[in-house]
Amino acid sequence: MTNTDTSPDDTDQPPPVAAATPAFEAAAIRAASRRGLFMALPAYVYLVIFFAVPFAIVVVYSFATRTRTGGTSLSGWNLNSYRRLGEQIVRDVLWRSLGLAILTTIICLVVAYPFAYYMTIVSATTRNVMLILVMIPFWTNFLVRNYAWRLLLSSGGPLSSVTETIGLGETDLLFTKTAVVIGLVYSFLPFMILPLYASIERIDHSLIEASRDLYASGSQTFRRVVLPLSMPGVIAGSILVFVPSLGAYVTPDILGGGKEVLLGSYIVTQFGTARNFPFGASLSVVLMVVMLTATVAYFRQGGRNL
Amino acid sequence: MMATPAVDIRGITKRFDDVVAVDAIDMHIADGEFFAMLGPSGCGKTTTLRMIAGLEFPTEGSLRIFGEEVGTLPPNKRPVNTVFQSYALFPHMNVLDNVAFGLRMNGVNRATARQRASDMIALVRLAGMENRRPAQMSGGQQQRVALARALVNEPKVLLLDEPLGALDLKLRQDMQLELKELQRRLGISFVFVTHDQEEALTMSDRIAVMNNGQLLQVGTPEDIYERPANRFVADFIGTTNLLDATIVDTTTVCLSNGTRVAARSSYSAGTAVAICLRPERARVVDGNDSHESRITGVVETVTYIGNARVYTIRCDWMHLRVREDNRPGTAPRATGDEVTVTWDIDAVTVVAE
Repeated sequence: MTNTDTSPDDTDQPPPVAAATPAFEAAAIRAASRRGLFMALPAYVYLVIFFAVPFAIVVVYSFATRTRTGGTSLSGWNLNSYRRLGEQIVRDVLWRSLGLAILTTIICLVVAYPFAYYMTIVSATTRNVMLILVMIPFWTNFLVRNYAWRLLLSSGGPLSSVTETIGLGETDLLFTKTAVVIGLVYSFLPFMILPLYASIERIDHSLIEASRDLYASGSQTFRRVVLPLSMPGVIAGSILVFVPSLGAYVTPDILGGGKEVLLGSYIVTQFGTARNFPFGASLSVVLMVVMLTATVAYFRQGGRNL
Repeated sequence: MMATPAVDIRGITKRFDDVVAVDAIDMHIADGEFFAMLGPSGCGKTTTLRMIAGLEFPTEGSLRIFGEEVGTLPPNKRPVNTVFQSYALFPHMNVLDNVAFGLRMNGVNRATARQRASDMIALVRLAGMENRRPAQMSGGQQQRVALARALVNEPKVLLLDEPLGALDLKLRQDMQLELKELQRRLGISFVFVTHDQEEALTMSDRIAVMNNGQLLQVGTPEDIYERPANRFVADFIGTTNLLDATIVDTTTVCLSNGTRVAARSSYSAGTAVAICLRPERARVVDGNDSHESRITGVVETVTYIGNARVYTIRCDWMHLRVREDNRPGTAPRATGDEVTVTWDIDAVTVVAE
């Protein structure tokens, strides 16, 4: 066997390397990016087939014409379905959905903040238990969870029995706006808790001590130090709750009984019973634009603060 | 009658679950004093400082600031401010808002707070940097902001938790002088926590040496260095040779190899002690000196440090370090030279375990 190893004594020169010229570095970056593209390729293909193409179809349909028979004619492009967004009934639906999504977001924020804050100050064991409690609903089917709420909220259900026992009379929250908000808050609360926890947890505890040392009371410390420093989490959590709440369809349908028409079910109606694909498509595009704007805002914020 | 001490600590104990961080210590810090708490990490010095600040509450004992019992008073109700080890500057505020924070929380109106904050920023020589964020400043500058942020509130006692730890050597030395000067000018007590004995010796009026939650000695730098209360203090402060010995009488001890040397003490005969011989107090002389305290040995290493030479001398049972100033006329010794190490009776201190 021939010894091809170079012992340190044989040479005191380092092995030859390509000079780190700008061109060489640029080539290295391109090679790294080619490798990255190759690894991400399956995900790209998936997104193109199941997101970009369908979304493009929706955009195209939103400019098409509905035929008398409820079909869609892919000629005579126009803005008719966008003009309909100005109609009173459509505006009502949009505002109602927006209001509900904002209300859900605010309630989630108010409920999640103390919970997330508490998670940062307890022992690791307690924190893990709390995290599991937050995550458990995720491991249960979405529909099952909503039907469970339907049982809980119905007249004669557990909630009603409790209020009757303590003398507040029968409650029948099912198929009300309250029930929808309860369901949405329940469903999306984890999306608020997790980013909040992450951002509060990252706050250097000595900043809180410094604030107390500089004569701030507990509540002043919260307003002047903790809250501003947890803003990235507040913004991230709010967007993560707001976006799905705005387009929610299942929860308003099951817990609201479809009494109050919201954006999600309104869109379903257009593609279903109303057979007005262009109008349904334009509503979807509006929803997508709102969500994308919020998401871009989120990542902008993320780039700066997270 | 003695003036009311700035900080008066009596029998303070702090337990975290079953760990005793601070064990029944008594300490008085005078008004206008530069007071250092010195010890290895985990000795309880920071916990003591945090109890004065109100960031921890004592498990037992009494803690008074200018005569007022503050045991469980929250930090915002105490006339003290802290410079934190990590500076703890608010990253979402600029320098001016950081410095004005305490005044604003104290109900000072915005205009006055800003004016006083700018004045203080100028005092720590950061004028013109009011609008910078902490992240845009160097460690030394952040340190000054932390100092300004605490001092602008005119605390009666300023607490400093290893404030120079993160700075490089040169900057640290400059800041030591600057802090000392600032304290003299303001005339308030500075309570300073450090694990750096040289820093404590340089800056303090008095030093408290702590170890394992216990207060071992409080005294001036000279007291601590010249008359260490026990073996730990002697070993921790400066460099020293500790020679195990047994007391013979008030002026003689017997070293562990049987040699009798001179050392003053008031311990009874037969007590096991150590004698503390500072490297700069010992002398290296030629082989056959007739001095009453002497140990013979062989030079093992010579370290030239410019203003002095440090010799390690191997004796038959231990190594001695001797430092000889680099004066004209001193003959340098070489490795392998047979020498005698001698000292005067007043050059050594006897310490018990």
